[in-house]
Amino acid sequence: MAMRSFLRSRRSLSRSLLQPDLLRNPNPNPNYVSRSLIPALLPLRSYSPASDPTTKNPIRDAATDEINGFKSSLNPIEVAKFAAIAETWWDPEGPFKPLHLMNPTRVSFIRSTLCRHFRRDPYSPRPFEGLKILDVGCGGGILSEPLARLGAVVTGIDAVEKNINIARIHAASDPSTSSIDYTCMTAEDLVRENQKFDAVISLEVIEHVAEPLDFCKSLGALAVPGGAVVISTINRTMRAYATTIVAAEYILNWLPKGTHEWSKFVTPEELTLILQRASVSVQEMAGFVYNPLTGNWSLSDDISVNYIAFGIKESSSDSEKTRTVAEQKTDFVS
Amino acid sequence: MRYATLMWRRSGLPELFFAQQRALHSSRILSSEEGLKCDGAKIEKNQEECDVAIVGGGMVGLALASSLSSMPLTKHLRVAVIDDSPFLASKGYLKRDQMPDSRVSTVTPATINLFKEIGAWEHVLHQRHAFFDQMQVWDYTGLGYTRYNARDVGREYLGCVVENKVLCNSLLLSLQKKEGFENKICPTRLASMTLPSEVNHSKFAKLNLTDGGTLHAKLVVGADGSKSRVREAAGIKTTGWNYPQSAIICTVEHSSQNHCAWQRFLPAGPIALLPIGDNYSNIVWTMSPDQATQHKSMDKDKFVNSVNHALNNGYGPHPESSSLSNLLDSITGTAMSTKEKFEVPPRVLGVVSNIMAFPLGLKHANNYAVKNIVLVGDAAHTVHPLAGQGVNLGFGDVSDLARVLAEGVSVGADISQLTLLKKYERQRKTANIPMMAVLDGFQRVYSVDFWPLNILRATGFHAAQYIPPLKKNIISYAMGDQKFPLFS
Repeated sequence: MAMRSFLRSRRSLSRSLLQPDLLRNPNPNPNYVSRSLIPALLPLRSYSPASDPTTKNPIRDAATDEINGFKSSLNPIEVAKFAAIAETWWDPEGPFKPLHLMNPTRVSFIRSTLCRHFRRDPYSPRPFEGLKILDVGCGGGILSEPLARLGAVVTGIDAVEKNINIARIHAASDPSTSSIDYTCMTAEDLVRENQKFDAVISLEVIEHVAEPLDFCKSLGALAVPGGAVVISTINRTMRAYATTIVAAEYILNWLPKGTHEWSKFVTPEELTLILQRASVSVQEMAGFVYNPLTGNWSLSDDISVNYIAFGIKESSSDSEKTRTVAEQKTDFVS
Repeated sequence: MRYATLMWRRSGLPELFFAQQRALHSSRILSSEEGLKCDGAKIEKNQEECDVAIVGGGMVGLALASSLSSMPLTKHLRVAVIDDSPFLASKGYLKRDQMPDSRVSTVTPATINLFKEIGAWEHVLHQRHAFFDQMQVWDYTGLGYTRYNARDVGREYLGCVVENKVLCNSLLLSLQKKEGFENKICPTRLASMTLPSEVNHSKFAKLNLTDGGTLHAKLVVGADGSKSRVREAAGIKTTGWNYPQSAIICTVEHSSQNHCAWQRFLPAGPIALLPIGDNYSNIVWTMSPDQATQHKSMDKDKFVNSVNHALNNGYGPHPESSSLSNLLDSITGTAMSTKEKFEVPPRVLGVVSNIMAFPLGLKHANNYAVKNIVLVGDAAHTVHPLAGQGVNLGFGDVSDLARVLAEGVSVGADISQLTLLKKYERQRKTANIPMMAVLDGFQRVYSVDFWPLNILRATGFHAAQYIPPLKKNIISYAMGDQKFPLFS
């Protein structure tokens, strides 16, 4: 259960970036606020909802529990943030507008890295034909739908029931996306079901989850050996603070105020280390850069604000098992 | 396929043959997709469905269909061209012994590149066309002239004049070579259109056709000319005005072949003489509506006299190099054609086609894209035929739209989504609006006969003739090599 909530919170987090209700009620939980102010290193941070007294959350599932050593990475407040704006997922002028604008750039990175890794024809209109891809924190399906159009067999999961409903309705209207399997569950739930995917993708989620390490372990566990893991998030730099929080939330009002907390941002070094502990070796990284004149996003070497990482799950399944078990033990001890 | 068609006929649906085939095509695609899906598509199999419905099978509509069928990322899209012109059923080249049609276009190198990409240019080369490497523009006051030469921009030619029917035929031939062509042409017309709404959660626009059939399309392209039905049905407003002028067009004959494009500005508007291959040239002559009516009904000999008068010695003297030009020569470096002397255009011997007249105006759609709909060509913008740029702007639309759709497909975007279509609109407005403003400005400057303005115009000619960077810029812009009129 805890795992589930973890996953959900991650997803919800990514979504919450865009949610407008955050503006009105950025941090309903005082404990949450004070904790988030501590700029601790990720492995030391603990925003687990269990320890959080504010469990009067609309999403009861988000309560903490541990299953098979996979802790829930959900954060109930983040889940609530995203539930409140779920209706606006597909409004290109709504709170998710920045995500809509950024999406083609994110997909083009995924397209090029996965085509190379799985040796697919980059000129094919459906290069992912037959690949099983998991979208963790799928929200309204902004990423799941393009992946399905590119030929993938897509599973989209999200901790917010409303998101899943919106995603299902939206995907059903187009035959090219109606095959997407959307379920309201967490990555930890899927780990328990022993599900495996060729690629596990989670965009703009990790900065919203309670425990990034647990989250990455779940993602790693869901990828087949030799499979791909793709994560995008925001760097913890002063520039990121200035652009994603001060500018985007307070000056330009692109994002609801309270969408992001600077202290929860993850640096590329931290992400690489966490993924390593989850048996995923990062192969490629790219930054997203916004051009305010043209209003376009593009890929660049500059990873100081938004960035995306592509990693490969280590192929030795034995070492993977032992490592996972070992890590689980350490988690229990701590 | 034949077997399947018979099955459909037996089922007794009152559909046309083409429609049946297309329906089969789409249902086949659906069923192949269903193989991959767990919960299955909720689309009825009998329903006719396509990805892109192009309303209007003229030059621009056919170019788009052919372009989408050529690119690796878009050739899987199910495209339907809706037009009931019998021309679209024709096969093979047009007969060359026919007289040249009076409706012609000056295609720029940018347009030629598009035709080469989609495999239509080879068909143009097999039919009548005329390259020209020189252009002379002058005005009736005798105060100035400009000669453009392809050598100034390091090219072999400035443009090529082709009959519209040859362009259409070549595009059709290129389309006929594409896979699944028989499914692409629908010989009918658009009656009405229902756009998808939030209520029915459908991605498809419903097109009601005049033959009683319906077609569901994700993206509807209005390529149906300046009186676009699609534009009207989508509720897109236009801005524009009519000029107090008409244009008359016809084909004329010389004693030898013409290799230069000629344009002379007269008090009532410009007259252009464009080579069209063999010993023929095309005339586009702008004048007042009264004069146009008069010229249209004139007897042919009188008309020929009137044309020669307008092109050669009527209205005013031939321009000559002046002291102003000598001064500019000494200050600036000189483009090769700067030294070229004014030449007298070839004499017209006779008219070989009907004389047609049509009113002139400028019309611009306020939006090129709304959800599920885009406009291309004259449906989006109608310009003065002054520099033969109208159709080139349309082909520019086609090439940008096809590219935007391919980019969308590459990132798994829904081709009907507004964010994608608006990208096309932004690109095309930045290209089309400056060109429309330039042409409109020209029209206004040359429609007034007032002496201070005449001197200003003459100065403009001198500047264009004697300042090489300016001249190069003007040539490249008119050839479609650069997006903005000056110094870009």
